[in-house]
Amino acid sequence: MRAATLIRVAGQSILRNKMRTLLTMLGIIIGVGAVMMTIAVGSGAKKQVQDRINNLGTNLLVITAGAATQSGVSQGAQSFNRLTIDDAKMLQSQSFTLMAVSPVVMTGGQLIGGQGNWRCRIYGVSPDYAVIRDWQMKSGVFITNADVQSARKVVVLGNTVAEALFPGEDPVGQQLQIRSVPCRIIGVLEPKGQTAEGNDQDDVVVAPYTTVQDRLSGRSFLGQILASTSSPSEIEAAQKEIREIMRDAHDLGPNEQDDFTVRNQNDLADTAQETADVMTLLLSAIASISLLVGGIGIMNIMLVSVTERTREIGLRLAIGARSSDVLKQFLVESVVMSLAGGAIGVAVGFGGSAIIGAVTGWRMVISPVTVALALGFAAVVGIFFGFYPARSAAALDPIEALRHE
Amino acid sequence: MGLRAADDSDRDSDDETIGMIHRRDNGGASSAPATSSRWVIDARQLVRTYQMGQNQVHALRGVDLQVGPGDMVAIVGASGSGKSTLMNILGCLDRPDAGSYVLDGVHVDTAGKNARADLRNQKIGFVFQGFNLLARTSAVENVELPLLYHRNDHRLPTRRLAEEALQRVGLGDRMDHEPSELSGGQQQRVAIARALVTKPSLVLADEPTGNLDSRTSMEIMALFQDLNREGVTIVVVTHEDDIARCTNRKVELRDGLVVHDERLRDRVDAAQEAARRKSSDSVIA
Ligand SMILES: Nc1ncnc2c1ncn2[C@@H]1O[C@H](COP(=O)(O)OP(=O)(O)OP(=O)(O)O)[C@@H](O)[C@H]1O
Ligand SMILES: [Mg+2]
Repeated sequence: MRAATLIRVAGQSILRNKMRTLLTMLGIIIGVGAVMMTIAVGSGAKKQVQDRINNLGTNLLVITAGAATQSGVSQGAQSFNRLTIDDAKMLQSQSFTLMAVSPVVMTGGQLIGGQGNWRCRIYGVSPDYAVIRDWQMKSGVFITNADVQSARKVVVLGNTVAEALFPGEDPVGQQLQIRSVPCRIIGVLEPKGQTAEGNDQDDVVVAPYTTVQDRLSGRSFLGQILASTSSPSEIEAAQKEIREIMRDAHDLGPNEQDDFTVRNQNDLADTAQETADVMTLLLSAIASISLLVGGIGIMNIMLVSVTERTREIGLRLAIGARSSDVLKQFLVESVVMSLAGGAIGVAVGFGGSAIIGAVTGWRMVISPVTVALALGFAAVVGIFFGFYPARSAAALDPIEALRHE
Repeated sequence: MGLRAADDSDRDSDDETIGMIHRRDNGGASSAPATSSRWVIDARQLVRTYQMGQNQVHALRGVDLQVGPGDMVAIVGASGSGKSTLMNILGCLDRPDAGSYVLDGVHVDTAGKNARADLRNQKIGFVFQGFNLLARTSAVENVELPLLYHRNDHRLPTRRLAEEALQRVGLGDRMDHEPSELSGGQQQRVAIARALVTKPSLVLADEPTGNLDSRTSMEIMALFQDLNREGVTIVVVTHEDDIARCTNRKVELRDGLVVHDERLRDRVDAAQEAARRKSSDSVIA
């Protein structure tokens, strides 16, 4: 029998009992839809993490105090104090690979100005900070070397802060009190959104590190040192170089462990993505089980159908169908049903993902590969679970089948 | 005949058995007819024994039957005498345990499973007692069905052939009706159209009137007689003597043997008989 005829004959049989066909397909519809939605959630989360990591800056390297343990948490409380401005200066002057280096003095405090007051993080940095973080100005200018040298009382506001204290106006040129120290606003940063951990990166005030150290916090140690290379290919070399310079600066002997940690963007991304991957895998596994159940549903209905249609099969054999024709017909029937179920499942997956995305605000990503995979899986399920019923149909003896009541 | 000519000229050669069958077939058709191919049915010493646990049931115990082209034969006999068993073998649905069977020049006893399926498709038309139409499927689609299993179906105008066959049995105006929308007699006509659509050498009918009232039975026999006049070879199994008298020849089986084989002189004209029964029906009513 020709393929087109085969599909027509199978199609006729399928359409002859629409309700049953729909019920048969339901398992596949739900299975494929569920798999699509979980993959959409998973790859959405992954994409989001990726974006946020990229958002941190370009070719970023982060140096923090304390040695990294297996879990990535720093050990020893005292080691927190051991990043200094001198370390940053050493890196700046001795490194060949680093394009930009900025110390980050971290503190927090109350701001008063504009519409009222606001508490937020305060970062003391050098002009390189904007380059490393690839952070553009919304208005005004970033701090300059002159600002740092003279410890000028100038600040740049994150977008969240600017909108909280100066809604609907440009704060550049206005005054602000930070911990009772009057400062002049010289710029506002472009909004950057949340970090991978969900912190608002725009809820920040940036000032020269000298200003923060001398006038705002009085602390001399650094929360971290940020650096960047001019191209991704240099990151590895830079990481090595930073280690050497830092070990030298901290006078570490050959048997002593690093008392600092250097991480690049990939290191930061890995942990977050691993979590997303594990979650996707787990959810997909659960969703795949529903696809399996759908396949068993198809087998069940096909077996019932073979019994019900024994006389029909006998007739087909009597009028000249070969066993292989009957086998093919039933296989095609189950594959057509599971593919149709798969197609509807894909539609359900798209619709469901849109709804989930709208309700939760999660990012949902459905790639063509996902769709192809879902349909392919549905077809495989159809062939696999359709084979046994089809074979038992093909094995029928025409005389006995015709006599079947 | 156009159907078979098309399929002989352009046959897929992947099946050795089929190739063999058709070489024999061509030989029979084109050269001087060999002894075996004077007959549509040439069955000799057919034996069929069923194993029922410990017991053996001797359904056929050496049946000889030759039927020439254009003949119309009734097979009669008591229940259990082996009529259906014989029909299954003649229809290539079953194989004899011993004996030989040549159908329209083709040695069926050496044919494999697929070859027999193809023989059923191309040389035989079945008519069953219970019609065996596909439910929720239009008459024309039911009739089309055998053509879909034809090995060269893409060369055939299947729909048109099915419509022609339905017209031939007088159901040209019922093409799109489903079986549930047709009377028993009409359903059997659809089944007969399905048997005819492949232009077979032989139509086999096992108690085709068993589920029909006596007047409708006669109408069906009248249709068979019409087809027979056009040259179709027909074998009918029946319990009823008045059905048997509508044929040219009556073969009686008893306990798996042919006990009686007679040519009927003047067969009953089933159309006239049907008309007579119709008028007597209305008298009674
Ligand atoms: N599949 C089978 N297994 C065992 N015995 C069978 C089988 N088919 C038929 N028989 C036996 O073979 C014998 C002939 O049966 P068959 O069906 O040919 O009779 P029949 O002449 O068609 O009878 P009826 O007029 O009742 O249809 C019977 O004794 C029957 O019981
Ligand atoms: Mg019988």
